[in-house]
This record gives sequence, structure tokens and C-alpha cells, in this order.
Amino acid sequence: MSSQQSSPAVFCHGLRKVYDGRQGLLRRPAPSVVAVDGLDLSIGPGECFGLLGPNGSGKTTTVEMLEGLLEPTAGQVGLLGRSWSTNEADLRERVGVGLQETHLPEKLTVEEVLTLFRSFYRRPRALDDLLSEVELTDKRRAWVGRLSGGQRQRLAIACAMVGEPEVLFLDEPTTGLDPQSRRQVWGLIAAYRARGGTVVLTTHYMEEATRLCDRVGIVERGRMVRVGSPAELIAQLAGDHVIELELEMGNDARLTREELLALPSVAEAQLSGEGLWSISSSQPEVGAAATLALVERKGVRLARLVTRKASLEDVFVALTGRHLDDG
Amino acid sequence: MARGPTSPVTSESQARRPNAVVQLTLMRLREIGREPGVLFWSFGFPILLSLALGVAFRARGPDPVVVATLPGMPTALHRALVQAGVRVEDLDPQAAATELRAGRVSLIVVPSALPGQPLIFRWDPSRAEARSARAAVYAIAQHAAGQNDPQQVRDEEIHDVGSRYIDFLVPGLIAMNLMSGSMWGVAWVVVHMRVRKLLKRFLAAPMRRRDLLMSLGFARLALIPLELFVILLFAQLFFRVHVTGSYVALLAVALAGSGSFAAIAIAVASRAQNTETVSGLMNLVMLPMFVTSGVFFPSSNFPAPLQPIIHVLPLTALCDGLRMVMTDGAGLVAVLPSLVIHAAWGIPSFWLGLRYFRWT
Repeated sequence: MSSQQSSPAVFCHGLRKVYDGRQGLLRRPAPSVVAVDGLDLSIGPGECFGLLGPNGSGKTTTVEMLEGLLEPTAGQVGLLGRSWSTNEADLRERVGVGLQETHLPEKLTVEEVLTLFRSFYRRPRALDDLLSEVELTDKRRAWVGRLSGGQRQRLAIACAMVGEPEVLFLDEPTTGLDPQSRRQVWGLIAAYRARGGTVVLTTHYMEEATRLCDRVGIVERGRMVRVGSPAELIAQLAGDHVIELELEMGNDARLTREELLALPSVAEAQLSGEGLWSISSSQPEVGAAATLALVERKGVRLARLVTRKASLEDVFVALTGRHLDDG
Repeated sequence: MARGPTSPVTSESQARRPNAVVQLTLMRLREIGREPGVLFWSFGFPILLSLALGVAFRARGPDPVVVATLPGMPTALHRALVQAGVRVEDLDPQAAATELRAGRVSLIVVPSALPGQPLIFRWDPSRAEARSARAAVYAIAQHAAGQNDPQQVRDEEIHDVGSRYIDFLVPGLIAMNLMSGSMWGVAWVVVHMRVRKLLKRFLAAPMRRRDLLMSLGFARLALIPLELFVILLFAQLFFRVHVTGSYVALLAVALAGSGSFAAIAIAVASRAQNTETVSGLMNLVMLPMFVTSGVFFPSSNFPAPLQPIIHVLPLTALCDGLRMVMTDGAGLVAVLPSLVIHAAWGIPSFWLGLRYFRWT
């Protein structure tokens, strides 16, 4: 263990996945799709790393290659100093996986599902222990089909934790959950980290990434466009504050990026939607006043002006020109 | 992280570690047991089918001979035919020809144009019922014309249990049901688990791949004794169809057959990514066997060159094996060839299925 302490828990280099365009038995040619395009990543032991990106950016493909469920077209993947091609049996015992969607057997009870997963591991955790950790002790005899979304997700996480893994992958663990269920899942992840586990998760919720992750990587079109801690990324890319300036319909062309960048305290300005400017500013009181003065001088019709602290969402917009939940 | 003293893994939990094949098999059995529809398809449906077919074929007396006569038929012959139980339809030539083509009459009797000239029998020799109608009408016509029977004949009709059509049919229906149950029961579940990404989830755990595939077969085999019992009980009560041979041999044939069909189903479903594909493949595999393997009529009706192929089909082996035990009173030794054929299909199919199985 000591020799591996400094080596990454999860790493990949030049990871690439191209889906052959040929489809079906007849192998009809169709354009091939590059889902992941040369991605590098290194995650330390005990770290919580978040992959952020809109749907279709290649997050799930990346994670499934790291999980050894999908064969990379090119590149290397290493976990705990081993590789899937040579140490699969060993790694499966030590790596827990929560897929983006798994329909666990609906007619089985919670207890039966966990017993089934326990049967796969050499050293499974005790059933009662798992049930109490994911707060499903009361539901142990309930059919999976009768559970709420949050309860199902906690059961799926319990299945991933049966072997007390050293690395836990969770693909969009809270998508579609209500706020309370989401916080329960966050609690599970935090408790697992407190025991020393390494977590790799994907999400498109900024709050989730900010709260849980030591570092995040922003994925766009199969490439890692930026990696860093949420605070670093916000400071680098979004400034401290954001001024959102919304113009009335048809006023888009009346302001230019150069005019906004010339204003005092403004570091960046980007049109992030129809008539919606995101302006990074280190001093919002100065920037906002200067922006309003510019708007008045040019006779542009203003719909709304808001200032707020910058978030990961702004980092995302700054890097990709898109909002995370744009789909 | 190290599995230190804080790790919740204890030796006690290891000692009670469940067995994967048992748990996977239980998963299937629980799903089946908790799904009333599945119970209907494995028990209710075959019973209804054999009831319908059994009733259709059980009380069937000899079909009446139906002939058409054309205008000008001598009254004496006409009366003789009716008295002998022949259904006679008086038709004009065109209508008679139409009825003959449609198979509603078996024979047209054309009266002789002048006394002393022959009667004409117009019929299609490729129809079995036309041939027997011709023989019957011929004999009646000869009697009506004054012939006496030089040879006395006494009829003995067979209604013995064991030689009726239903005795032939029931083992065929059981074989067919074991095949469809094993094939659909396994292939459908495989594709369903693939679509729901459950296979992928299992693959992400340290589950041995063959454990899952084997458990699908075991779950199926576990139901066979019950399924056999229900159908045999029904056949006994309603049709007095008995098992004359060894129950051990019967169970062995049924288990071997179902096991080999479950393995074939794994091979068929090994790559299919949706239920449409697997349905098509299943029909491709099963339909030729439904037709040729002798479920409803003996497979010897097919041309001789096809016989070697038909003979080694798994459904033929299952039908033959079940019939040998149920009607011919065979024991375990006699059904060995059937067991060998099932092994020869099942083992390579399982291996191929496991080898080319698509988990995601």
C-alpha cells in the first residue's frame, strides 16, 4: 500500500473512443463518432473528482472506459496501479460502480438485491451494515419496484459499496432526484470519503460539484478543457463576480464585446444567450455602474441587470459558451 | 484504502457469504414466482392448448363420405348411397366441379349416358379422403348392381388407451411446451436484462460470467418437475393419457431437453440488443422444428432425404424420448440416444453463447 500511496488511484492518458459508424448486421456505413478525443486525467487516492459537462460531451463514455466496461479505441487506463486488461478480477473486487441508469430487478426486495450483490464479492460487507448506511433498514422487505427514486438510488449506491471499494465511480448519482434525496446521496458520498475512499463522479449540477469535489474537470466534445479546484477555476475564469446584463429583443448588435471589455474592472464578457451578456468583474459596484453608463450612452434598451458571486456555472459558460443544462 | 480494523468487513460476514449461482437462480425464480403472468404462460397456456387440441381430436368419428351426383342418376343407386350413410349432393356439373376443387365433396358420380355404359367417378387421387370415398362408392355401386360379398368380414375398432391420437399428441405438446418455455424463458430474460443495463451492472461487479448464464438454465430446470406434474395430471384426468414407462426416464429426458433448449436460447440471445431481434431469431430457430419434429403428426411424413436432419433436431429427440417413455413404456437406457442428442446441442451452444455474449 505504501508504495502506491503517491501514485494516482485513477489515471488515463490519451484516452480515445471512436464509435465505428457501421451499423447492424449489414454493416451499413455511417459517419463514425468521436465520443472521447484524447483525454488525460490523474486522480489521487482519497480525492473526489468531478467530471462536468453537458449531455453528449463524453462524460459517461469516459467513465465507462475508466470502469473497464468499455474498450478504449486508444490510450491507457490505470486504477490502483493495475490495468483492466491484466487484473480485471482483482480490480472488480476493489472498484465500485454506480451506472447512470440501472434497473435493478423490480420484483426483488431490497434485502434480496443486496444479498445477490454480496454473493459476487470475496469479502462482502455485512447486510445490516449496508442497510443502515443507506438508510433502507425499514425498507429491507420492500420490492425495488415500490421504492422512491431516492431510495432506489441509495440502493444502487449500496450495491456499489458492497465490496467496500477503494475507488467508487458514480455516473450522475443525483440526476432526477428531489433536493432532500440529493442531500442524502451527498451524505453517503461524504461518509465514504471520510473512510478514505476515492470518488469519481459525473454531474451537471454545479452545487453538487462545488460541495463534493476537490477538483473538477470540464469536458467538452470529448476533451478535457480545464481541470482545477472549483475555487481555482472560478477565480481564473469567471472573476469574483458576474454581472448579468439582459437586453431587450433586437438589441444584441448594439453592444460589442470590445466596448464591455474596455470598462473598468471587467475581465471578460461573453454573449451566453439571446441578448444575455455575462460580464466578469472583480468589483461589481464599479463594473455595474460603468455598464449602466455604457448602456445609457448607446441608447440600448435594458431588460435586466443582476450582479452575483461567480459560480462553476460561469466557468462553464466562459469555457464552452453554453450552459451546463443546455442538453 | 487499506482493509484495516475500521473496515466493516468481518470474518462473520465472510462465513455467511452467499453463493452466487444460488442467488442468481433465486433471483430468476423469485421474479417468475412474483409475476402471475409468467405462471399462466408456463402452466395455464399449455393446459388450455392441449385441452383445445385434445377436444378437437378426441371424439372425432369417421368423417362422412360426401359425393356429388349429376342429374340423371339412377334412383336405386342414389337410394343405396344414402342408405349406406353417404352424404349425396345433387348438383349441376359446374357446381359439382367447384365443390370438388374446394374439397367440400370428395367425388363426383357421373351417371352413364346410355344403359350398359360405365359410371364415371371423377376425383383427385392426391386426396386421401377422395381415395376412401371412391372405394366406398365403388362397393355400394357394385352391391346396388347385384354383387354379393364372397368374403365375410368382421370389423374390430380400436379405442384402446395408448394408441389414440391424443396419446400421440400429449407427449408432443409437452415437448413443444418445454421447448418454448425454455427458449423464451431464457432468451427474453437475457435481452431484457441487457436492455435494462442489468447485465452491465453485474459485469461491473466481480461476478463470474458463466454463473449468470448457468443460473438462467438452473432456474428453468427447477420448474420442470412442477410443470411436468401439472400437465401429466391434467392429461391423466381429462384424456386418460398415462405414463407407461419410467418416471425417472421421463424426468431425465425433460430436463436434458429443457437444458439444451436453454443453452440454445443463450446462444440465440447472446448478441441481440432488442426484443424484436431476439423474437425474429427465436422464430427462425423454433419454427422449422415445430413443423418437422413431429409434435402434431409423425415426422416420418417428411421426405426420406430430410430424415437424418430431422432425426437429430433437439425437438425431435425430445418428442421421441417423451413418446418412448409415455406410450412405449421405455426406461432410462432406451432414452440414452435422446439424452446424447441434447448434450450434443446444449454443451456447444452454451459455450458459444458464453464466448460471444454481449454484456452491454
